[in-house]
Amino acid sequence: MPAETTTSVTSVTGWGRTAPTTSLLVRPRTYEEAATAVRECGERGGIARGLGRAYGDAAQNAGGAVLDMTGLDRIRGIDAVAGVVVCDAGVSLHRLMEVLLPLGWFVPVTPGTRYVTVGGAIGADIHGKNHHVSGSFSRHVQSMDVLIADGTVQTALPGSDLFDATAGGMGLTGVILSATVELHPVETSLMSVDTERATDLDDLMSRLTATDDRYRYSVAWIDLLARGAATGRAVLTRGDHAPLDALPVRARREPLAFRPGRLPAAPAFFPEGLLGRTSVSLFNELWYRRAPKSRTGELQKMSTFFHPLDGVPHWNRVYGRGGFVQYQFVVGYGQEETLRRIVSRISRRGCPSFLAVLKRFGEGDPGWLSFPMPGWTLALDIPANLTGLGAFLDELDEEVTGAGGRVYLAKDSRLRPESLAGMYPKLPAFRALRAELDPTSVFTSDLSRRLSL
Amino acid sequence: MKDAFGTPQSLLVLGGTSEIALATARRLVARRTRTVWLAGRPSPALEEAAVQLRSLGADVHTVAFDALDSASHEVALGKVFAEGDIDMVLLAFGILGDQSRDESEPLSAVRVAQTNYTGAVSAGLICAKALQGQGHGSLVVLSSVAGERARRANFIYGSSKAGLDAFAQGLGDALHGTGVHVMVVRPGFVRSKMTAGLEEAPMATTPEAVAAAIETGLRRRSETVWVPGALRVVMSALRHVPRPLFRRLPV
Repeated sequence: MPAETTTSVTSVTGWGRTAPTTSLLVRPRTYEEAATAVRECGERGGIARGLGRAYGDAAQNAGGAVLDMTGLDRIRGIDAVAGVVVCDAGVSLHRLMEVLLPLGWFVPVTPGTRYVTVGGAIGADIHGKNHHVSGSFSRHVQSMDVLIADGTVQTALPGSDLFDATAGGMGLTGVILSATVELHPVETSLMSVDTERATDLDDLMSRLTATDDRYRYSVAWIDLLARGAATGRAVLTRGDHAPLDALPVRARREPLAFRPGRLPAAPAFFPEGLLGRTSVSLFNELWYRRAPKSRTGELQKMSTFFHPLDGVPHWNRVYGRGGFVQYQFVVGYGQEETLRRIVSRISRRGCPSFLAVLKRFGEGDPGWLSFPMPGWTLALDIPANLTGLGAFLDELDEEVTGAGGRVYLAKDSRLRPESLAGMYPKLPAFRALRAELDPTSVFTSDLSRRLSL
Repeated sequence: MKDAFGTPQSLLVLGGTSEIALATARRLVARRTRTVWLAGRPSPALEEAAVQLRSLGADVHTVAFDALDSASHEVALGKVFAEGDIDMVLLAFGILGDQSRDESEPLSAVRVAQTNYTGAVSAGLICAKALQGQGHGSLVVLSSVAGERARRANFIYGSSKAGLDAFAQGLGDALHGTGVHVMVVRPGFVRSKMTAGLEEAPMATTPEAVAAAIETGLRRRSETVWVPGALRVVMSALRHVPRPLFRRLPV
């Protein structure tokens, strides 16, 4: 007998811990319970929520229902020969790694945290350090089952409207129940990593442009507080899965072990303003100096390479009660001038950001609201209580739209609705499909209200 | 919806001609606010305020609202909330009265109390319920330092604000966890048409400064905002001054 669907009235925020709203949290355990929850979610609608890693208000629904999908967490089947997994939407990438790595398979795409669900990965159409090679997550999805507004389940295949609207659709087309995902074969669970320093932004961009295609995974941590000639100095870490013969003999006995380390969680109360300009500059200076000028073939654990922050549970608390904003944008190749201008504006303003990364994207992805497009993407965290930050980010939006770029919805918590149409040209098609599938807006989130999606 | 900085997209002002409220509305419209409802007694001043905000690019509606007519609040405000979510309600109506006249004419004193307190109680409760249904929103209540401790010079106004202040604090606690945020704003002497002709008190401020403090308070999700901020310290000291001494203070 399945247990009753559990419900509770709860205040939720995104990972950035800004703009809390209250909703009825429903935790379905089966597809049927999910369908019932959607049918009964009431006039303020419902939205699926995974592990709450979207930074802004994408998985919140004030006054309505929020479907906590983590109860749907079964891996339905694994084809260990072809490298395909069929699983519920609430399965986390962490769980997939635990199960699949010993079989010699890895998730096709992982973001900076493995604590995201498969449903969330498709809904936000996440990308990782391998975007320039592999594209976004949904490009590796062979099919998915989507619970749509009328309570029925549709199987969406790549190329169909429902698939392309759902990939990156922020949960607004329906609730993803399960997906079939193609995997990437690996010989070991270690990464072979090359590290190098770039002395400024131009050096960084030329290094990335010249040699990115040699690596499956590539990203650069960038010091946005460095000024003057050092503006945009960075540490590049690029690599690939280590082949078996790259491992020392001892490690070859258990090449596929997955043992991510975990430190104690960040305390619940952090003083506000701990991450000011001084402390973050100091951190950035040390982080930059600590990195070797150039080092090749270093073996790193997957968790160190992909998910360093997952080692500290609740790291988002370090920004204190006020929370933080993550700003991620992309501008196309040929718009390097805009990127330079934005980086120098951020550095001149002294935004205390210690988690800033720059990456080159490959081809764009088919999702109508998918974020990636060929170009440069920069992501940074900023404490939300910084005076004048709202207006400053609005100015950056203008730079980004002026260059034909866009801002990532999964990280957004402050965009203006007017800015959206220019950023996402397929928005009218998305709205039309939503109007057709879901005329009464059963699927509604704070994000969709704020941006009139 | 409010953004990460607590800036609302839709604003309902109760007391649509209040200078502090309009300064706040101007400030918020410059940021994110697109829809503004100005509730107040129909008057040319109310329409004038609407025109001014429209010129800043907002979609402005006026709605007839009389603080003294508590029985009509449900209908008048229900109409506004039926049109869509309200991210922020600014409860800004209030009258100063004329202390010396009010002391001799109890009915006009009662009018001050009814406007500032009972009117706010009914409007506040109605808005709180609607915001609670939405699961989000801020109710910003304009209180006053005058409510912190009754003074000889304006205790009728002060007592009405004291009632309002206590009501709003309690309401904030009642709504804790519902997604609704109640913020009590306690300005000192504000230079405005309400205080025109009065002798200025120390630490006087302006409607624009109050508006800025409200914007910051929204961002921080503050529960109490003093304007200027130093008043928090000053008033916490004044509150403990013994009565015989307090009576003699020239404040």
